[in-house]
Amino acid sequence: MKLAQIRIMLDAEVLCGVEWLDKDVRSACGSDLMSDVLAFTKEQALLLTGLTNIQVIRTAEMSDLVAIMFVRGKRPGADVIEMARKMQIPLLTTNKPMYEACGVLYEDGLAGCSLKEEPCCCQSRE
Amino acid sequence: MPEQGIELEFALESADFNGAGEASSRIKRTLQQLGVRPDIIRRIAISAYEAEMNVIIHAYRGVMRAEIYSDRTELVVDDEGPGISDVSLAMQVGYSTAPDHIREMGFGAGMGLPNMVRCTDKFDIKSVKDVGTKLSMIIYH
Repeated sequence: MKLAQIRIMLDAEVLCGVEWLDKDVRSACGSDLMSDVLAFTKEQALLLTGLTNIQVIRTAEMSDLVAIMFVRGKRPGADVIEMARKMQIPLLTTNKPMYEACGVLYEDGLAGCSLKEEPCCCQSRE
Repeated sequence: MPEQGIELEFALESADFNGAGEASSRIKRTLQQLGVRPDIIRRIAISAYEAEMNVIIHAYRGVMRAEIYSDRTELVVDDEGPGISDVSLAMQVGYSTAPDHIREMGFGAGMGLPNMVRCTDKFDIKSVKDVGTKLSMIIYH
């Protein structure tokens, strides 16, 4: 699914990276726990979150996330947006709350980051 | 890539949340420039970032060192801090001593050490109470 399509579905505003909306999104994860994002997301996933601090951008950078969607109209500060722009991570914001935003995307077929669907990015020790 | 490896070293300071992740980011960019496989870089970057955050959250100060060879990356994170009184407990998923203000930032869910174990090929932790903690990790390319 293209990021541009997700923007339309969630009626989202682009905070930075309008030139990167043709990126492919393979899966999504809704979380305010960056530790869980680091542990369970796959690369090229979209993160939906209500957190707006700099660690969200860092987490996206380390995990190779494709973009970040802030829910419930949350907006990060200018420094956070600038950092995302430098890292070429598109930032969007939607007025929909987390549950509804995730539901819209899931209903349209965007997969989650469940371990059952595919092994996690990180090497399994089993 | 030179056979003797490339060494990167970073000083980490307690509670430096704005700078948190800068060292891991530099390591990641270096690995990208060296042409290491993206899925391997991702595992190294996640391990480094989790370790870096742990120092910033829990320790007083620390040093992160990355040695990048053609076949592997070695990460050593050595901190001065309170240490971990029960390492086996700290290795359990969900166990955390992080205070509320850290949890509000999205960390302190007790996933860091188990995630480092999962992302690395070799993982070693040594901790002395009231002295500090040393993590040694190897990820093969």
